[in-house]
Amino acid sequence: MPGYVPHTPEDQRGMLDRIGIAAMDELFAQIPGNLRLAALLDLPHGLSEAESVRHLEGIARTNLDCGRGACFRGAGVYRHFTPSVVPAIMARGEFLTSYTPYQPERSQGMLQTIYEFQSLVCRLLGMDAANASMYDGATALAEAVVMASSITGRKRVLIPASLHPAYYDVCRTFVQGHGICLETVPQTNGLTDIDDTRKRCGNDVAAVVVPQPNYFGMIEDASGLASVAHENGALAIAVVNPMSMALLPPPGEWKADIAVAEGQALGLPMNFGGPLVGLFTCRKEFVRQMPGRIVGGTVDSEGKRAYTLTLQTREQHIRREKASSNICSNEALCALGVTIYLSQLGKIGLRRVAEVSVQRAHEAFEAIRTVPGFEPLFDGPFFHEFPMRCPVPVAEINTKLAERGIIGPQDLGADYPELGNAGVFCCTEMISHEDIAALVATLKEIR
Amino acid sequence: MFDEPTIFERSRPGRCGINLPEADGAALETLLPGVALRENLPLPEVSEIDVVRHFTRLSQTNFGIDLGMYPLGSCTMKYNPRLHERVAALPGFADLHPTQSASTCQGALRLLYELQGYLAEIAGMDAVTLQPVAGAHGEMTGLLLIRAYMRHRGETARTQILVPDSAHGTNPATASLVGFEIVKIPSNARGRVDVDAVRAAVGERTAGMMMTNPNTLGLFEDQIAEIAGIVHDAGGLMYGDGANMNAIVGVARPGDMGFDAMHFNLHKTFTTPHGGGGPGSGPVAVKAPLEPFLPAPRVQRLDDGTYDWDAGRPESIGRMHAFNGNFGVLVRAYTYIRTLGPDGLKAVAQNSVLNANYLRVGVGEKYQIAYPEPCMHEFVASATEQKKTTGVRTLDIGKRLMDYGYHPMTVYFPLIVPEAMMIEPTETETRETLDEFVAAMHAIAAEDPELVKSAPHTMPVKRVDEVRAARVLDIAWEG
Repeated sequence: MPGYVPHTPEDQRGMLDRIGIAAMDELFAQIPGNLRLAALLDLPHGLSEAESVRHLEGIARTNLDCGRGACFRGAGVYRHFTPSVVPAIMARGEFLTSYTPYQPERSQGMLQTIYEFQSLVCRLLGMDAANASMYDGATALAEAVVMASSITGRKRVLIPASLHPAYYDVCRTFVQGHGICLETVPQTNGLTDIDDTRKRCGNDVAAVVVPQPNYFGMIEDASGLASVAHENGALAIAVVNPMSMALLPPPGEWKADIAVAEGQALGLPMNFGGPLVGLFTCRKEFVRQMPGRIVGGTVDSEGKRAYTLTLQTREQHIRREKASSNICSNEALCALGVTIYLSQLGKIGLRRVAEVSVQRAHEAFEAIRTVPGFEPLFDGPFFHEFPMRCPVPVAEINTKLAERGIIGPQDLGADYPELGNAGVFCCTEMISHEDIAALVATLKEIR
Repeated sequence: MFDEPTIFERSRPGRCGINLPEADGAALETLLPGVALRENLPLPEVSEIDVVRHFTRLSQTNFGIDLGMYPLGSCTMKYNPRLHERVAALPGFADLHPTQSASTCQGALRLLYELQGYLAEIAGMDAVTLQPVAGAHGEMTGLLLIRAYMRHRGETARTQILVPDSAHGTNPATASLVGFEIVKIPSNARGRVDVDAVRAAVGERTAGMMMTNPNTLGLFEDQIAEIAGIVHDAGGLMYGDGANMNAIVGVARPGDMGFDAMHFNLHKTFTTPHGGGGPGSGPVAVKAPLEPFLPAPRVQRLDDGTYDWDAGRPESIGRMHAFNGNFGVLVRAYTYIRTLGPDGLKAVAQNSVLNANYLRVGVGEKYQIAYPEPCMHEFVASATEQKKTTGVRTLDIGKRLMDYGYHPMTVYFPLIVPEAMMIEPTETETRETLDEFVAAMHAIAAEDPELVKSAPHTMPVKRVDEVRAARVLDIAWEG
């Protein structure tokens, strides 16, 4: 018997007898004969487990993984350190192999971790309510835009040019069916111009999106942008780097109505960009418009504390075409990873990781600007990413760095041709002083 | 069983669960001049052992496939090979940055390219996008493709999507989110889509029809070719919900049935552990006319044998995901397909259908079967008799199953069967497990109704008050 099917031929014969069917092929009698495949699929033959491991290891080896050298790439996905506890707990079969906790009595463990996830995310972003996670930061933003439009009954949304370009693309795809119009607010010196935003914002605007820090790594006047939204009866949607929340004022403090984030930085591998995990929060009064699953505390029939999925009447399995969103599978296991990470690092640890990331980034910034031809693209404070104008095409720099096992800066070229030849460098606490020295040495050679 | 407090209640000021890197650079006030710094970060302060014990204890109150059978109909909760976890965690996969240049991630691109081809073959389609990260995300992708196709042809009046009354809730929700109007199609007495109703519903406003085949009653829509013909003749396209692919993988192909687009649920058919509700992955396969509209970018193989992202896709619906989809899940699905091969995949469908029919016969001795004929990979039983004679409802039977060591089946779905119990064993359960499950179902049928109605009796908590949770909203710890 190939694969993971336990039956012996005797099992199969006995079971067919019990059903009253003569042969395996008769199991498919419902399928009209002309719709049944006459031959096996045209796929490579099966492999033993050992052969599979060898084959996949072979493929994996042809990639330059970020563990071989240093990773100076951020742009929405970050290489922070993952404590050993995180994957160890995530791999526990009771969590790993469970389904969505629709049956609370048998799923209290997962339900409580989701409740704690929601609580931690609310605290990190300074918001009232969080859901059990979304696909990623970009789709979380797209859902936020749809939610803001449905709350305000308005169809225009202002998006800063300093927002992650892929986030803009995902939003644009997502809102096609809603008649929502996305309007870009240009950047000046790497920041969103508040006066320009005010000029564009009118009483037909549903929301102003506020990235913090923005795609360039620069720290925006988030509070000022949120005020512009509120002056016009629009909502402010924050898109934040969750790691920066250890140091910067959270969206709740600057009165954001909805705040979303990509949670990958909090203890998850980069995974070539997925699975990621979208964090989604809002103010209390909007909780019934919030998409996605929500876990609530309650009691059991004897009055004992218990947890369960709640407000399910917003969801697709109950509400069908009137649901607030179609999301079904979210990223629960990744949310568990974030929950463990935030618990283990806690107040002291998260601050330190953010602080060291900022320190390394500024050290790298100062070192790179000493290399002839490299100069800051903007001035102003940045968190742990910064854009530099480069003397040779960024692609060439990255090729050269890759030869040393180093992943270089994110190229701004294709998305921001008006900025010329520039790349965004990123540092996390995983970057050592030696890594920075090696980077600079290579950049000097290129020059 | 123990009561585990929240992680916040374990917190003690000054504790930290990890050895930290030295902050050996300049002060933050110097590095971030003029930036207001956050004062209060209200996260827990616990030690590493606190974290390990807390989450290990919580795990012990949770059910997973590793603990026992999970007969959730339409969810395809089969065994998850540990091999997949091993390969997905390889540094060459897990430690890749999504925007690395193509020359530094040839292996990843090759894997994606080959997987696209495998899934196209399994679907009987021409092209595949791997970007959607969940089944519902795939549905949205598919309907956006249909919308783009219709617009491209100037057929903007096609605003209706036909959805059977037995459909998953995601189908109407997705159609609505993409801006379509839903036309509900009733099922006939055979539990299949009513062909005459389809004929009466189609017209110049039809953009397409969403169908799950086999459907959520566990029955193959044997008139699928005729239905597809009706929809196509009316100018619409057929969308396939791949949630039930486990029943037919390697045996029949949606593309051959007349579907123009479909999504896979890789986490179901191709065994990624569901992790308490994700991550999943929902690649979409399409026929050639829809290919130009697929999400950008796509992996392509160049003439020199290397792989790259394609640059221009002018007709594309755009991006569905910030990066490359749920790559980690794609690695697992790829591994599964390579490990099983074509005969292994066919055996999956055969044995999942065998197991479902074996259970149908056993369970059917004490419960009603909604449509008493051989089923595909799942079947729907009903507790209407039990409810009438003893007051025991489907919900109670599900709760009582927990005491016997099983997760409850899918209850009250599909909506068209009263007191529905949708049961799907999958191919990875042994005959002995199936026998034990049937014995448990029979035992419950014979039990004191009061015992069943007050179940579960052996769980960490008794029957949970779900109404109160919605009325007195407590969704974040405030203590």
